[in-house]
Amino acid sequence: MDISSGDSLLQGIIKGFELIFSLNPYILSITGVSIEVSGTATILATLTAIPLAFALSFTHFRGKQALITLINTGMGLPPVFVGLVVFLMVVPAGPLGLLNIVFTRKAMILAQYILITPIITGISLAAIKAVPLSIIETVYTLGGSEKDAVVATLKEARFGIITAVLAGLGRALAEVGAILIVGGNIARTGSIGGIGEGLSETRTLTTAITSETSKGDISTSIALGIILISLVLSVNILANFIQRRD
Amino acid sequence: MFRVENLSKSFGNKEVLKKINLEIFRGEVFALMGPSGVGKTTLLRILNFLETPTDGKMMFNGRECAIRQKNTVMHKMSMLFQRPALFNSSVFNNVAYGLIIRGVDKKTIGKKVIEALNLVGLAGYEKQRALTLSGGEAQRMVFARAIVYSPDLLLLDEPTSNLDPANVAKIEEIIKKIRSEHGTTIVIATHNIPQVRRIADRVGILLNGELIEVNSKEKIFTNPGDARSAAFIKGEMIY
Repeated sequence: MDISSGDSLLQGIIKGFELIFSLNPYILSITGVSIEVSGTATILATLTAIPLAFALSFTHFRGKQALITLINTGMGLPPVFVGLVVFLMVVPAGPLGLLNIVFTRKAMILAQYILITPIITGISLAAIKAVPLSIIETVYTLGGSEKDAVVATLKEARFGIITAVLAGLGRALAEVGAILIVGGNIARTGSIGGIGEGLSETRTLTTAITSETSKGDISTSIALGIILISLVLSVNILANFIQRRD
Repeated sequence: MFRVENLSKSFGNKEVLKKINLEIFRGEVFALMGPSGVGKTTLLRILNFLETPTDGKMMFNGRECAIRQKNTVMHKMSMLFQRPALFNSSVFNNVAYGLIIRGVDKKTIGKKVIEALNLVGLAGYEKQRALTLSGGEAQRMVFARAIVYSPDLLLLDEPTSNLDPANVAKIEEIIKKIRSEHGTTIVIATHNIPQVRRIADRVGILLNGELIEVNSKEKIFTNPGDARSAAFIKGEMIY
């Protein structure tokens, strides 16, 4: 659909749904790349952030407050700046140039990891700190060890930690600037069924929406937008389901 | 069973406990009595290893409690706070906690939890979320949680101060049952004089961080050995 043709937004939405239900390979490949990049970045960031949040809550060391300040600052990092820094690191002349990952999904995962690790850490840390001291002391009074206290705290803070991971995933899925710079929004040449430019290499839902909209292909943009919103909504529904079951 | 010698505790420049000497005998209910803010809670927290004394030593079952034996000794005791701390889970999971961390098998856990809930009058509450219990029910549940693994020593910090008279009576009944059915040694910190009359065997009076008198309940209430004890019991003490 070309916006200059005067087609209505409603027609765009209908066409968007048609593209989704026809399982268009271009749309599916973009969705797959988005899930792969954001999912991997979220898993890696979670594996770093939760132990870090516990370490910051249960241990004392020099520079702890400085690290917390750094994490809090990191929660508001501008994606384009992170993208630029990662790009300068992974280009052939950069410190990570030997890895040869510029314009690959690995570089995109690295950029998203840097962006969302402070978010997951910061929100998890707040959730852990909100667990009353009396809960931890109760574990000790019942004969529990420090490990038991950490496990009990994890259970008490679970909803906050789930929220933290979801916030990270949401940020990763919705992010454009960083992955556009380090990933290059690349799709294989050759259009499939007249839609898009072939299969995605480093093109995600967000970067594809940017490029398709700039080309005037609004129906493809709408289809991608619907998938993006559905993904985020599904994750939130799942989280609510887990919380209700507990 | 538990002896402390010359135990002192300071927070900064403030000395909260001053050279406390005290022996707790097996199977007794010992009341640590005194007005608010005299160090009762601090003493209980030290006995439960939640605080480290500034000076002095503690003996449990005739052996000095060094830090390295802390976990072994803590496994044999339990402590209840003024306000019950509840895990965000079911009543069953709350009560079972002490058994789970001790690696007890599931069948035994189920049996012991039911027994403990029966003792505190909460049979049938297993599946209820702990956070939905009333204040009195929550305090009874934490009693069940504290006794389910049969500790030798139970430390109670003002366990009825936030409860209505009906729940106070229930808690006192539970304390008597725990003592008679399990033989558990109980130390209760309280400023509730009538309660001490009802449940204690021996009483220690703590004033401004000093244990000024330790005696049998009868002696304390009829013929106290210290003028300050007499004044506190009569409610004439100005502090």
